[in-house]
Amino acid sequence: MAGVALEDVTKVYDDGTVAVSNLALDIEDGEFMVLVGPSGCGKTTALRMVAGLETITAGEVRIAERVVNRVPPKDRDIAMVFQNYALYPHLTVADNLGFSLRLHKVPRAEIKRRVTDIARILGLEDLLNRKPRALSGGQRQRVAMGRAIVRDPEAFLMDEPLSNLDAKLRVQMRAEIARIQHDLGTTTIYVTHDQTEAMTMGDRVAVMRRGELQQVDHPQALYEHPVNLFVGGFIGSPAMNLVEGVLEHDDEQSGVLWARLGEQRLRLADSLLADRPTLHRYAGRGVAVGIRPEDLKDASMTTGPADGQRLRVSVGLVERMGAETYVHFTLDAKPVFTEDTRELVRERAEMTDNVLEQRGQAPHSECVARVQPRTEAREGEQLELAVDTSHVYFFDLETGQAIDDAASPAPGAAPDGRGDHGGTG
Amino acid sequence: MSAATATASTAPIPPRESWAQRMTRAVSRGPLHLVLIVIALVWLLPTVGLLVASLRPPSESAQTGWWKALTDTSQLTFENYRQILDDPLITQAFWNTVLITVPATLGVVVIGALAAYAFAWIDFRGRDWLFVGVVALLVVPIQVALIPVAKLYGTLGIFGDISGVVLFHVAFGLPFAVFLLRNFFAQIPRELLEAARIDGASELKVFRTVILPIGLPALASLAIFQFLWVWNDLLVALVFADTSNAPLTVAIRSQMRQFGTNFDIIGPAAFLSMLVPLAVFFAFQRYFVQGILAGSER
Repeated sequence: MAGVALEDVTKVYDDGTVAVSNLALDIEDGEFMVLVGPSGCGKTTALRMVAGLETITAGEVRIAERVVNRVPPKDRDIAMVFQNYALYPHLTVADNLGFSLRLHKVPRAEIKRRVTDIARILGLEDLLNRKPRALSGGQRQRVAMGRAIVRDPEAFLMDEPLSNLDAKLRVQMRAEIARIQHDLGTTTIYVTHDQTEAMTMGDRVAVMRRGELQQVDHPQALYEHPVNLFVGGFIGSPAMNLVEGVLEHDDEQSGVLWARLGEQRLRLADSLLADRPTLHRYAGRGVAVGIRPEDLKDASMTTGPADGQRLRVSVGLVERMGAETYVHFTLDAKPVFTEDTRELVRERAEMTDNVLEQRGQAPHSECVARVQPRTEAREGEQLELAVDTSHVYFFDLETGQAIDDAASPAPGAAPDGRGDHGGTG
Repeated sequence: MSAATATASTAPIPPRESWAQRMTRAVSRGPLHLVLIVIALVWLLPTVGLLVASLRPPSESAQTGWWKALTDTSQLTFENYRQILDDPLITQAFWNTVLITVPATLGVVVIGALAAYAFAWIDFRGRDWLFVGVVALLVVPIQVALIPVAKLYGTLGIFGDISGVVLFHVAFGLPFAVFLLRNFFAQIPRELLEAARIDGASELKVFRTVILPIGLPALASLAIFQFLWVWNDLLVALVFADTSNAPLTVAIRSQMRQFGTNFDIIGPAAFLSMLVPLAVFFAFQRYFVQGILAGSER
């Protein structure tokens, strides 16, 4: 087992498309690293370069301290799980599992022992003599996992291995893969477009966009301190509400900062300002204000939210999940409409650009609150929301960068800011 | 995850049909089967005719049709077969046919498969243009090559030799072989090859352990096509094989006379020459059908 390092790795295709640019990533021995991003962000290309299935235009890939740029896949000692599993259709489950061992001339008895072991771990014992076509999707997925595990490689590479499963099975396998990886302690690079998978599985998560690494950090740090609008909007489900606002100093108390959203104002919590003194420099300027849905509650059900912690909104759709209720609402403030948010909306809602433009120009924003299950909010009515003003996010409208003294700098901005910078602040 | 949940999600295996179910199905498909049987019989009739005729003495064959033997089975005799199997001309020709057909088939399948793999999955400069060239060769009629190749063989000293006939068949079989197999191989999912490479397979291993087994239907159909074509070929053999190396087709033709025929030789010889392709066809027919369908879908 060993770490995997990518040093300024770039991939330019023959037609000039830059799929990955200057990707720098240090994956420690035994670490579970998730590469996440919208489709076309270069995450799969990055993975394939580590696997040796794609040539590296520039930069260096090292596995276990060995530069492998020119090493063919078969000599890299890595195992890969493909999105469509790529099981050998002409071989039984047992032969699929033992395929690589046979190629490596492992003695027959040893192969049998290891295949049986893996089959037991994955619950495939009864299926060993079946061909892949006689398996269900979940079982095929398991065999694909088993084929990787059985080899005991330096690293696992997984390319959206769960995307072909139904929702329930996906949740189940998510936990199982994480558990197996934890038990084996094998360095893993896991590619997904699903931020929930990224958050739940990764020791660290690398968010990519258009071939560029945006931020690498532990899931919670990523969630609490996104470096820019893109990461803020991408991580979290339902997504962070992003509206335009203006920061204002209080006339009487100079230490107090207000965020004006349309006609309403939020008073920023002292703890927030203590953590992010830079916010004061933005006083009098427009910023992007991000509020996560769970930081919005039904005010009538909480005890005394102070003035400046309330927002009056008109309620749209109300989705009752049982344990919580999603209240969709419109807020009288312009939505944030930058390249970042446009891409996010496109990724999530697949809207046409026309609809997108109209939304962006609207004077009010569509938002979501994740409130108490027994709220009495009803569609078409007004609702007062209590805002946790210690957990509001701010971004520079022009650069899209977070106004957050604790957020790790994006690697692009700081050339040597790669690797583990655990900015949990 | 426990084994219990795994078995719970087991894919359904079709349950064994009961005897009654099978009977019901057979009856409901009766009319279709009847039509198929009639077609098969009509197809089979000439073959049976040839077989029966080959079993009749020449004196009878000259006077009455073969069906007379169906009512008068005393006519049937193995005398014709005994004679031709003793005739060195025919047995030698039979051997020659085998010696030509087997290498010509193997050669086309092996070389064709290797070339097709390269065309489908190995990146090299000018690959696509080269493939277009191969496809273009498909439309070259063999007749235009007869004279130049004959001259070439003369220089090489293999004119009249079995090796010359084999070489010619291999050369003209390859464009179609490469075309058919490349298109089949190209449809194998890329990830399958990548998985094998990551699992530790060299290109040759990928070819042997993944491509060949998966391409079996296409390989089998190609083998049948090529085998039948070479086995039944007369033109190439007539031009390039001298008398001692002539295959059955040439030998049978030499028994033709201007007035009437040597039926006691042609009959059994023709039936014998039919028997082998028939056996090959039945041995591979399972793949043959698959091979035709495969490649057209997915």
